[in-house]
Amino acid sequence: MELLRVEKLSLNLEGRQILKDLSLSVKSGTIHSILGPNAAGKSSLAYVLIGCCDYNPQCGKIYFLGKDITGYPIQKRAKIGITLAWQEPARFEGLNVKDYISVGMREKKPGLIEESLYHVLLEPKEYLDRGVDKTLSGGERKRIELAAVFAMRPRLVILDEPDSGIDILALDNIVNMIKELRRQGTTVLLITHREEVAEIADKTSLMCSGFIVKEGTPEEVGKYFKEKCIPCPTHLYPEEKDKGKIKEKNDTRL
Amino acid sequence: MIQDYKYMLDAYAEAGGSPEAFKNSKVAHLVVHRNKVIGEHLVEGLDLKPRETASGVDIHLIVRKGAIIKYPVHLCFGVLPKEGIQEINIRARVEDDSGVKLLAHCVFPNAVRVVHKMNADIEIGNNSYYEYNEVHFHGFEGGVEVIPKAKIRVGNNSRLVTNFSLLKGRVGYFDLDYDSEILNNSSLEMTVKIYGYSDDRIKIKEAGRLIGKSSRGLIKSRVVVKDNAQSEIINELVASAENARGHVDCIEVIQGNAKARAIPIVNVTHELAKVTHEAAIGRVSKKQIETLMARGLEEEKAIDLVVSGMLK
Ligand SMILES: Nc1ncnc2c1ncn2[C@@H]1O[C@H](COP(=O)(O)OP(=O)(O)OP(=O)(O)O)[C@@H](O)[C@H]1O
Ligand SMILES: [Mg+2]
Repeated sequence: MELLRVEKLSLNLEGRQILKDLSLSVKSGTIHSILGPNAAGKSSLAYVLIGCCDYNPQCGKIYFLGKDITGYPIQKRAKIGITLAWQEPARFEGLNVKDYISVGMREKKPGLIEESLYHVLLEPKEYLDRGVDKTLSGGERKRIELAAVFAMRPRLVILDEPDSGIDILALDNIVNMIKELRRQGTTVLLITHREEVAEIADKTSLMCSGFIVKEGTPEEVGKYFKEKCIPCPTHLYPEEKDKGKIKEKNDTRL
Repeated sequence: MIQDYKYMLDAYAEAGGSPEAFKNSKVAHLVVHRNKVIGEHLVEGLDLKPRETASGVDIHLIVRKGAIIKYPVHLCFGVLPKEGIQEINIRARVEDDSGVKLLAHCVFPNAVRVVHKMNADIEIGNNSYYEYNEVHFHGFEGGVEVIPKAKIRVGNNSRLVTNFSLLKGRVGYFDLDYDSEILNNSSLEMTVKIYGYSDDRIKIKEAGRLIGKSSRGLIKSRVVVKDNAQSEIINELVASAENARGHVDCIEVIQGNAKARAIPIVNVTHELAKVTHEAAIGRVSKKQIETLMARGLEEEKAIDLVVSGMLK
């Protein structure tokens, strides 16, 4: 069953085209990874999908379980089960980990907050009362973000580079947590620029310069990414994409 | 008088205080209604002499050399009727090797035209600490003028902490001016947290002079103003001695038509001293709000959560 369908989405910000006629289909109960280099537009796509107010697409439609949600504001999308773990999560003075995680929990199941923290390899006793503020390290803050979306049990979670800032010791746990989300019925849209992380997905879409350039199994797309995208001049000089030179230089965009 | 005492403690409880403290013989306390002392209790090591004046009370507080006062001294000042003046003059001396914490609640629950002035002159000796926490509760008419002034001198190897919070009820007109001088190896930490709305006016001036070697200073303000409220914060840190370190941290959040100004003054006159400052004025960060909304909170609830965290 299709959970999310994106049709011909275009997004312009400050006169620049960030997403270009982007279409995507995500199946329910799967991990779908979006692989792409820096500045491909991955986070912008995430913001459009959750409904951030500065990211209104100029055209295109978003369907969730067949329903057009393009006009839904962010909290309404959250209420129907769409959320995001941010690439660089915000910090909150005076809000502790326990309260932060419980904000999104619809089901106040005892022990769920602790369970979520264990999943990201944080000891609840040490963290529950700590502030989600600037005293947390970058990696700690990322893990708490992932614990928070885990505890929310959404229908669709967008994970924006869940692996960035996470050390190698915790990476396995994070990967297991993502698989556990799927096992529990959450569909995961996994944004990353590392093909080894994209590999855990059931399907991968490769994104470059605001387009989806290729889709397929993680292996196929990962191979293509390594062979074609990494050496591509757009990858090295993202500003080139604005000048419309990509196609002439290298035809990786299909 | 007994009635006044009961009402004062009711207002005290409403302001967030715990009135049981006034029954505990280990806890020193002083309750002043307008210019009348209506309750007092002392503990060993602490001299606290209130003297009633025409418009308030003069208080002489001494913490004797070597005395560490175990439980916070509970103070309650207030004016219960709609109108009135209360002028509190405090002279405090914390002698060497001693320490005290004070917890003051100032309550004006029915104020329509109340003026509350506080003038404090505080001298902290060597190897000592003094922590002063003041919590206000003002009622909802907005008819309060609060003017707290303090001059504080801190000796060597000592610590000064002040926390001021006015989060319940209307602010009215508020004009705080704290000035401090910090000697060798001593530290200062001043925090003010205020929530203003309607046509409240807030002026805050906190200053620390780090004149001692290796002295430390942190001045922190958190002010939220909405509707037509206005705030102005002047945070001043001067560092003039070797290895003196200071930081000013000011956040003002505005909503509606409110206006806020922040004036950090940072003055360093010794090459081995350093002061940093951060000041932010504006609406609540969009990213914070959208993070909470993406968990299902309505915008207003999300703003409340961010703001109340900041003022906590
Ligand atoms: N608000 C904005 N205004 C103007 N340009 C923007 C804005 N937000 C993003 N961009 C631009 O859009 C492009 C895509 O940015 P985005 O953050 O979506 O990339 P990304 O694929 O997530 O990159 P990364 O891997 O570095 O996280 C970039 O060139 C960026 O500079
Ligand atoms: Mg990104």
